[in-house]
Amino acid sequence: MSAVIEGHHDDHHHGPAKGITRWLYTTNHKDIGSLYLWFSFIMLFIGGAMAMVIRAELFEPGSQIVSPEFYNQMVTNHGLIMVFGVIMPAFVGLANWLIPMQIGAPDMALPRLNNLSFWILPAAFGVLLATFFMEGGAPNFGWTFYAPLSTEYAPPTVTYFIFAVHIMGASSIMGSINVITTILNMRAPGMTLMKMPLFVWSWLITAYLLIAVMPVLAGAVTMMLMDIHFGTSFFKAGGGGDPVLFQHIFWFFGHPEVYIMILPAFGIVSHIIETFSRKPIFGYDSMVYAIASIALLSFVVWAHHMFTVGMPIAGELFFMYSTMLIAIPTGVKVFNWLSTMFKGSLTFETPMLFAIAFVALFTIGGLSGLMLAIAPADFQYHDTYFVVAHFHYVLVPGALFSIIAAVYYWLPKWTGYMYDEFMGKTHFWLSFVSVNLTFFPMHFVGLAGMPRRIPDYAMQFADYNMIVSVGAFLFGLSQLLFLYVVLKAIFYGKKATGQVWEGAQGLEWTLDSPPAYHTFETPPNLEAGEAKG
Amino acid sequence: MSSDSSYYVPESSKLPIFMAFGLLLFVLGAGSTINDLGKESSNSYILLMTSFAVIWGVMFVWFSNVINENNKGMYSDQLNQSFVWGMAWFIFSEVMFFFAFFLALGYVRMFSVPWLGGEGEKAIANILWPTFEATWPVMVTPDNETFPGAEKNMNMPGITKLYTWLPFWNTLCLVTSSGTIALAEAALKKGKRAAFKSWMVVTISLGFIFVFLQGLEYYEAYAHMGLTLGAGIYGTTFFLLTGFHGFHVCLGAIILTIMTIRGFGGAFSEHDHFGLAAGSWYWHFVDVVWIFLVLVVYVF
Repeated sequence: MSAVIEGHHDDHHHGPAKGITRWLYTTNHKDIGSLYLWFSFIMLFIGGAMAMVIRAELFEPGSQIVSPEFYNQMVTNHGLIMVFGVIMPAFVGLANWLIPMQIGAPDMALPRLNNLSFWILPAAFGVLLATFFMEGGAPNFGWTFYAPLSTEYAPPTVTYFIFAVHIMGASSIMGSINVITTILNMRAPGMTLMKMPLFVWSWLITAYLLIAVMPVLAGAVTMMLMDIHFGTSFFKAGGGGDPVLFQHIFWFFGHPEVYIMILPAFGIVSHIIETFSRKPIFGYDSMVYAIASIALLSFVVWAHHMFTVGMPIAGELFFMYSTMLIAIPTGVKVFNWLSTMFKGSLTFETPMLFAIAFVALFTIGGLSGLMLAIAPADFQYHDTYFVVAHFHYVLVPGALFSIIAAVYYWLPKWTGYMYDEFMGKTHFWLSFVSVNLTFFPMHFVGLAGMPRRIPDYAMQFADYNMIVSVGAFLFGLSQLLFLYVVLKAIFYGKKATGQVWEGAQGLEWTLDSPPAYHTFETPPNLEAGEAKG
Repeated sequence: MSSDSSYYVPESSKLPIFMAFGLLLFVLGAGSTINDLGKESSNSYILLMTSFAVIWGVMFVWFSNVINENNKGMYSDQLNQSFVWGMAWFIFSEVMFFFAFFLALGYVRMFSVPWLGGEGEKAIANILWPTFEATWPVMVTPDNETFPGAEKNMNMPGITKLYTWLPFWNTLCLVTSSGTIALAEAALKKGKRAAFKSWMVVTISLGFIFVFLQGLEYYEAYAHMGLTLGAGIYGTTFFLLTGFHGFHVCLGAIILTIMTIRGFGGAFSEHDHFGLAAGSWYWHFVDVVWIFLVLVVYVF
C-alpha cells in the first residue's frame, strides 16, 4: 500500500504531459480552466459574428442581407451561444483557475468529473452549430424558446437542440457540484467561510443557484420533447395545458440564470477594486449577505419577464415588488465598491478601468431593470429594444467586462507574462466607447416602440439603428484587439513577478507567476487569519 | 481506507473524454432516433444503442477504478467527504428536476384548467372552448377530438376498497424498502454481514415489485382506462410524474443490485461503505418523491 502512495507522490513532481493528450486527459484545474476560457473566447467570436450579421441586417430599414428565417436563427443562436457558450464557461474557467489557488487547495475536489464537465460542452455546441446545416435550419425561436414557437412551429432540429441543452445542463450541474464541494471541503486550515475571498463566495452561491435551476431547465425541455413527439399537452390549451406554463417554468430557471451570469462578476470586481484602491473591500460581510440575498430573491421574481401574459393582478403586484426589492442588495454592493475607492490610492491599470466601467454601466443596466420592474410601465417596454438595451448593459459592460477585467488582472499570474498596458488601455477605451454607442441608443428606439427580434423596422428608427450598427462593428473589432493583446502577452510579454500588483491580497499572489503545475499540495496554514481579500 | 493524509488527484484520465464522446453519440443518436420515429426505415437507433454501450462501459470502468483506488488506500478522509458532498448536491439537483414537474402539475390544477373552465379574471380563456367544464382529473379535455381524455382515472377508490388500488401496494413496497435498506446499513455497521445481505435482497425485491406493479398499472391505464400520454393534461402529468419517478426507481434498484452483488463478493466494511450509503440516500430520495407524488397525483 505504501508503495502505491509513494508512487503517486512522485507523479506530482513532474509537469504536464506533452501534446494533445495533455488537454484531452487532463485532471488539472489550471489546464481545465484554460480550456474553458479558450472555449469561451472562441464561442465569443462565433456568437459575435452572429451579432454582426444581425447588426448588418439592421444597418438600414428594409430587407438587406439575410432572409427573415435566417435572421431568426441568428438571433436565437447569438443568444444561446453568448449565454451558455461564452459567459457561463468563462466564469467556470475562472472558477477552475482561481478557486483552488484562492482557498489553498491542491485541485478541484473531483478532478475527473471536472474534465468531463468541460469536454461535453464542445460536444453540445458542436451539435447546436451543426443544426445550421440540417434540414429546416437551426433553432429559430429565440433563446427563450417559448412554446408553441419551439414546439408546434419549431424546425425538426429542435430535437437536437433539446438534447444539446440537456448536455449543457449536465455540464453546469457537474461543474457546480465540483465547485461547491471544493469550497465546502477543501479550504486551507484557518480559512473560515467568512474569511473566503469574495470571488469564492460569489461562486459558492452561483453554484448553488446552478444546481437548483439547471434541472428545472432540463424539465422544461423534456416537456417540450414530450409535447413535440409523444402527444402530451403540457403547453397545449386543447388538452388542458397552457403555453404560459412554459414561460413560468422557463423563467423559474431563467431568472436565477441571469444572476448566475452576474454574481461571479461581483466577486471579480470586488477583488480588482480593492487591489487598485490599495484598501480592503469596504463592508466585506455586507457584500456576502448582499450576494446571498440577491440569490434567494432570484427565485421569487421570475414572472416579471411575463407581465404581459395576463396574470392576475395579485401576481403582477407580487412580482413587481419582489423585483424592486433586489435593488436593495444591489445598491449595497455598488455603495461598497464606491466606498472602497473613496480615499483610496487609486491607479488606473486596465483591469481597474474595466472594473470601474463595470460599476458605472452595470448600474445603468440595473436602473433600466428597475424601470422594467414596474408592471404598468412594462406593458409599454415589453419586447422592445429597451429590454434589449437593458440586458445587454448588464451582460456586456456587466458580465463580459468583468471577465475581460479578470483576464487582464490574472493573466500575468496564469502565464507569468505581463500584457502590454498601452494596448490594454486602447482596448478598454475602444470597448467602452463602442459598447455605449451600441447599446445606449437602443433605449431610445425601444421607448419609441421598436420591437425586438424583427429584421426590419420603421423609417423613424433608421438613424439610431445606423449608429448602433456602427458601434457594434467597432465593438466586435475591438475584441480582436483583445485577442491580440492576450496572444502578445503569452508570446512576447515581459516577465511578471509573483505579486504582480502592488495592492493585491490573497493566496494566489503568494505563488509564483506562472504557478507550478500543482500548487498547495500541502495546504498553507492560515491560522494567523490574513486570507480575506 | 483513510491512511493517506494528502488529497489524491489523479494525474490524468482517459475516462472523461470517452464519456464525453459517449454523450455526443447520445445527443446525435437520441435526436435522430426521435426525429425518425414513424419513418419506415431508419438506422438511427444503432447510434443510440452504441452511445448507451459507450456510456455504460465507461461508467463500469470508472466506478471500478474508484473502487480499486479506494481499496489501495489512496483516498483520504477529506476526499471521502468530497464524495459525500457530491452525492448530496446531486440528489438536490434531482429534487429540482422533479420540482419542475410538480410545478407544472400545480399550475395546471390551480390555474390553467380552472381558467379554461371560465373561472376568475382569466374567464376569457373560456371563449376558446365554451362547453369545457373544469374538473380534476380532466376526463373531458377542451379539444376532445385531438386529446380524447381518459375514461377512468387513477384516484383512490375509497378506504374500503384500498386493497384493490395498486398505488396503495406500491406505497407499501417503497416505504417498507426504505426501512429495510436502513436495516441493511445498520447491520453492516455492526458487522452482521448475513443480516446485511438479507435486508439488501429484501430491499431490491421490493424495488422490483414496485417497478412491476407500476408496469401493470400502465398496462391497465392503456388497455382498460383510456388513459394515455395523448389523453390530455391528466394523462400528461400522470405519466410524466410517475414515469420519471419509476425511471428513478429503476436506477436506484440497479444501483442497489450492484451494491448487493458487491456485498456478496465481500465488499464494504463497517466504516467504509460509501457506495452503499450513497445508494441508500438515493433510495430514500426516491421514496420521499413518491410520497409527495401519491398525495398530489393520486389522492388529492
